[in-house]
Amino acid sequence: MNAVLQYAVQGLAAGSFYALAALGLAIIFGVLGVVNFAHGAFYMLGAVAAAVLLDTLGLSLWWSLLAVPVLMFALGVVVERLLVQWLLRLDPLYNFLLTFGLTLVLVELVKQKYGVSGLPYKAPDVIEGRVDLAGVGLPRYQLFVFVFSAAICVLVWLLMTRTRVGMIVRAATEKPELARALGVNVGRWVTPVFGFGVALAGLAGALAAPFRAITADMGSNFVIILFAVVVIGGLGSIVGAVVAGFVVGMVEAFGQAYAPRFAQILIFVLMALIILVRPAGLFGREEVSA
Amino acid sequence: MTQSMAPQVSEAEAPAAATEERGSALRWVLPAAGLLVALALPWFVYPPVAMDVVAMALFAIALDILLGYTGLLSFGHAAFWGGSAYATGLIATHYGVPFPVAVVGGALFAMILAIPVGYLSVRRSGIYFAMVTLAFGQLVYFIAYQWSDLTGGENGLQGVPRNFFGIELVETESFYFYYAALPILLLGMWAAWRIVHSPFGRVLVAIRDNTPRARALGYDVEKYKVIAFVLSAGLSGLAGGVFAISHGFVALTELHWSTSGEVVLMTVLGGIGTLWGGILGSFLVVSLADYLTSSGFDGTDLVTGAVFVLVVLLFRRGIWGTVRHYWLVWQQRRTTSRRTSAGSDPPGS
Repeated sequence: MNAVLQYAVQGLAAGSFYALAALGLAIIFGVLGVVNFAHGAFYMLGAVAAAVLLDTLGLSLWWSLLAVPVLMFALGVVVERLLVQWLLRLDPLYNFLLTFGLTLVLVELVKQKYGVSGLPYKAPDVIEGRVDLAGVGLPRYQLFVFVFSAAICVLVWLLMTRTRVGMIVRAATEKPELARALGVNVGRWVTPVFGFGVALAGLAGALAAPFRAITADMGSNFVIILFAVVVIGGLGSIVGAVVAGFVVGMVEAFGQAYAPRFAQILIFVLMALIILVRPAGLFGREEVSA
Repeated sequence: MTQSMAPQVSEAEAPAAATEERGSALRWVLPAAGLLVALALPWFVYPPVAMDVVAMALFAIALDILLGYTGLLSFGHAAFWGGSAYATGLIATHYGVPFPVAVVGGALFAMILAIPVGYLSVRRSGIYFAMVTLAFGQLVYFIAYQWSDLTGGENGLQGVPRNFFGIELVETESFYFYYAALPILLLGMWAAWRIVHSPFGRVLVAIRDNTPRARALGYDVEKYKVIAFVLSAGLSGLAGGVFAISHGFVALTELHWSTSGEVVLMTVLGGIGTLWGGILGSFLVVSLADYLTSSGFDGTDLVTGAVFVLVVLLFRRGIWGTVRHYWLVWQQRRTTSRRTSAGSDPPGS
């Protein structure tokens, strides 16, 4: 029983992390209709940035969690203005391919600069060690990841549902034509939303810096899992991305406990089952004339 | 409205009309020239690299059956290329059969693998299809990674033999092996050409251009898509099998999504929906990578990625697509001017 509880808590921690990482992907798709393949590369850049900030300026994790999203937002704006915007009117597959090419470039650049071995990262002492929660031992850092990611998810949700900006963004997602007709300048929000999604990816990367190996390839397989997450949740659905993030986290935690060899495979099997039963995903809308 | 990735109908239909009008000259000259180049290639290029070029060309052509003619971007085709490479390697290692038999076995394996993957993936279209196939490709990758007793895991499948009826020249010299393996790949290309120009292929184009109409005409759209997917996987498998035998070794990379991406790049660079463009794409990408590696530059992905970005931004028709476009424009202009000079058209029309 205790073991099950342990895995459940681990699953929640991993799930909240997946939810945070998938959130940016879902928001960008929702507003721009772009599936951002480079999301994994931006996640990797976030972790690398945190490591470099610690190494050169001595900025601790706390400051990185603030500084990295700002830097990544700026990078996102540049990428959108320079590259992504030219293809927004075309088939979304073109931007998928563009961001794929961008991924190759970014990963290779980091490889050339920092090599293939991992960058070191030292987490603050406060979150070292383990805590005891109702008889369940848990690394303190995992608890922090859970609380932090969940808080960000709630904040984003509040931003989207309770503020004027969120209302505009949701309107632009769901009924762009109508939003335009009502005088909302949808185009104005495209660049900041892309930057925001990239910032979320970078934030997830910075958060991952203390517990994952920081290498150029750290985002390569991660982004595919995120794709599985948003396919399970229903692409374009923000709630779906968060819920599916937790589901995948749970599957991974229990998979690793009972069938470690199949933990990664199980995620994709789950995705196959969802497609079989509900092609649009848990929270997705059915495609028109698919 | 978003502009579709596939070429416009008029452009796809026009070449047939153009060649018919011009008689059979172009229809025979181009394949003959291609065949000559294929036969001469190992004299000018290091034979194993020449083999890579032709194998990857068939892979890109197989992908184009889906991307260009069915309107489906598969981002998981490494599963079939690499899956067949492993199957071919295992058959060749354990049964010692002549390599063409192993390659056919590998291709069959790829087709069997493609049935469930295709069945599930065609339930989504457009960008969703790309993501779902990508995820299934990764699933196959993880299975091969974990099942290291069979696949050798990260070390890859080593020492794949190259049996060919005891003819030693073919078995040891890559120059002669090239000529032994070339017919398999050419046969695959011919099959691809037959597929897209058959009535079946016309239905695929109809599905690409207007799915609801094809459905309304009574075609079982999903069934056609699955069949196209399986055929494409089989041809990819043929290419992957030859690749495995040629290298005598199968690496896990063959199943990785970066391989799926590479073949998409070749197809897009050559021209989506042009079929033969894949040959040009393969030639450029493979020889570029070979040139960069041999000149000591270890950042091939940097160049590949940049080419990808530039092609998608500025050169979406691809090489063959661009040539065809201007050829058609020229043809059209010539026809109109001829008509005008003959006076068959009233002036100003």
